[in-house]
Amino acid sequence: MSTLEIKDLHVTVETEDGAKEILKGVTLTIKDGETHAIMGPNGSGKSTLAYSIAGHPKYTVTGGSVTLDGDDVLAMSVDERARAGLFLAMQYPVEVPGVSVANFLRTAKTAIDGEAPKLRTWVKDVNGALERLDLDSTFSQRSVNEGFSGGEKKRHEIAQLELLNPKVAVLDETDSGLDIDALKVVSEGVNRFREQEGKGVLLITHYTRILRYIEPDFVHVFVNGRIAEQGGPELADQLEAEGYDKYVKAAAV
Amino acid sequence: MTDAARASVESALELDKVDSHLHPEGSFDVADHPVPTGREEVWRFTPLRRLRDLHADADLSGTSVGAEADAPDGVRIESIDADSPLRGTSGFVPVDRVSARVWHEAARRYAVTVPRETELDAPVFIDVRGTGIEGASSTHVVITAEPHSKATVVFRFLGSATLADLTEIVVGDGAQLTVVSIDDWEDDAVHLGHRHAKVGRDATFKHVDVSFGGNVVRHDTTAEYSGPGGSVEMLGMYFADGDTDHGGQHIEHRLFVDHTAPNTRSNVVYKGALQGEGAHTVWIGNVLIRKVAEGIETYEENRNLVLTDGCQADSVPNLEIETGEIEGAGHASATGRFDDEQLFYLRSRGIEENEARRLVVHGFFNDLIRKIDVPAIEAKLTETVEAELAKNVLKALPGGDR
Repeated sequence: MSTLEIKDLHVTVETEDGAKEILKGVTLTIKDGETHAIMGPNGSGKSTLAYSIAGHPKYTVTGGSVTLDGDDVLAMSVDERARAGLFLAMQYPVEVPGVSVANFLRTAKTAIDGEAPKLRTWVKDVNGALERLDLDSTFSQRSVNEGFSGGEKKRHEIAQLELLNPKVAVLDETDSGLDIDALKVVSEGVNRFREQEGKGVLLITHYTRILRYIEPDFVHVFVNGRIAEQGGPELADQLEAEGYDKYVKAAAV
Repeated sequence: MTDAARASVESALELDKVDSHLHPEGSFDVADHPVPTGREEVWRFTPLRRLRDLHADADLSGTSVGAEADAPDGVRIESIDADSPLRGTSGFVPVDRVSARVWHEAARRYAVTVPRETELDAPVFIDVRGTGIEGASSTHVVITAEPHSKATVVFRFLGSATLADLTEIVVGDGAQLTVVSIDDWEDDAVHLGHRHAKVGRDATFKHVDVSFGGNVVRHDTTAEYSGPGGSVEMLGMYFADGDTDHGGQHIEHRLFVDHTAPNTRSNVVYKGALQGEGAHTVWIGNVLIRKVAEGIETYEENRNLVLTDGCQADSVPNLEIETGEIEGAGHASATGRFDDEQLFYLRSRGIEENEARRLVVHGFFNDLIRKIDVPAIEAKLTETVEAELAKNVLKALPGGDR
């Protein structure tokens, strides 16, 4: 069982002109086994929500709360959040030169589990996860994200999702920049994660395309740092047809 | 032969003099080299007061530094006299007082020779071990890889010492030689080293310089080419600590690749990490492309990772180009702190901050260790980096888990 509860979250970011509020009161609850899609135009604060949940130092929470199964996420360090069961698949995964994927995955798994994984099963698990994401076995010897294509970066993120197996996954524009084949591979990875009992997914996307492969239980329209509307999967279809215009105009009034 | 071709051949045969502090006129006469004051361009970074007069007139006849070789069959290691014809075969001419004095006064002289067309199946290990800092020592070694031979020579500097040494390296035509120097000194060692290589036609020379230990370590590493087609790779890694019992470590590398022949290549990559009050590193990367050196390719790079406040990393790449008829020439220098985005990425996978930092530094050096590509020492180098990290990075980093 796992519930991620976000209540009236306010977040600012430092700019040249002082602190600027990006999130202006976001309330959202992801219960057991639910997949929520957050859709919205560029600059609406979608990624800020993802990074704030993960604890990126660039963002300052000025109000509200985030809890995972009742525990105060905002009081945790970045790595404590991950160990508590949160995972952020990043839009722009970071290069770590000289650190092999194998070393990175093993170190992360050890940190999450509190003990080193058993060597024999671990190697099999890693190879299996890479293979399912269409990454060849030499991949684990490459440096983390260094020289990866856009698609390889995203598939590597989802391989981590499979191996680290968190309670709640936040996917920040995992679909952006993927061709249709890669999108399918990535979506299948996310669906394998979702098929397990009690896993929550917060799927942040600009496009409806990925929602044809990962069907959400709820769709939220994000505009100007707030949720402007919510509904079921049919809301995505409506957005596909009509775009964000009416919400953006409403927010501007 | 056309006039143009004749002019080209003529220009290829003569090396014009180039006026620059980067490559001063050398001299074997000690009197031509006044004691440096610290104001000279080539000495301004070096803490002269901590050199125990090595740069001036310290008695160099000490015997507290011994050398022990562990060599495979096929290589010749022998003591040589002051009148040995091997001396000077690298083309080395002293450019400062200390190297001129070592030339004349070295307490120990020996030669390592890999005969023609001999390929050694294991590295030659030479352990240079000091037993105390009292009484400066000096050595002069001439390494010769005769034509079409292939060898790796690894120097390991251990213990406590005050040492000035000179290493001449001759890489014969078509030979492939790797020379590794690992400064694993105790905290109180002072080491001024000069290395000069002459790289033959189509020969490959790789120099690997690892400096972790010692109080003051300054290495002048220079190379020239005796024929076209030669290749020089200089790789270095260093780790300077502050706050030792003997003050912050000073680690200085001064490199000079003199492209004296056409179609030659050079690639220089040095990486360093610094931590603790008073840690100081200096990297000077000089490359001269002479008029004759058409069709050459050169690249030099220095990266420093500053782990704490109170450190100083000086990094100066210099490139002098006398001909535009080259394949390529470039350099890069970057000194930075931890990348917050890297740390965030690792920590977002559950990895604690200290462990994440350790991983980043590990990766920073690991990148280079892979390039060194000497299997016999790779594990040892990784281990040394890990030990250095465990000893210091985890201890000294402020903040801990945030």
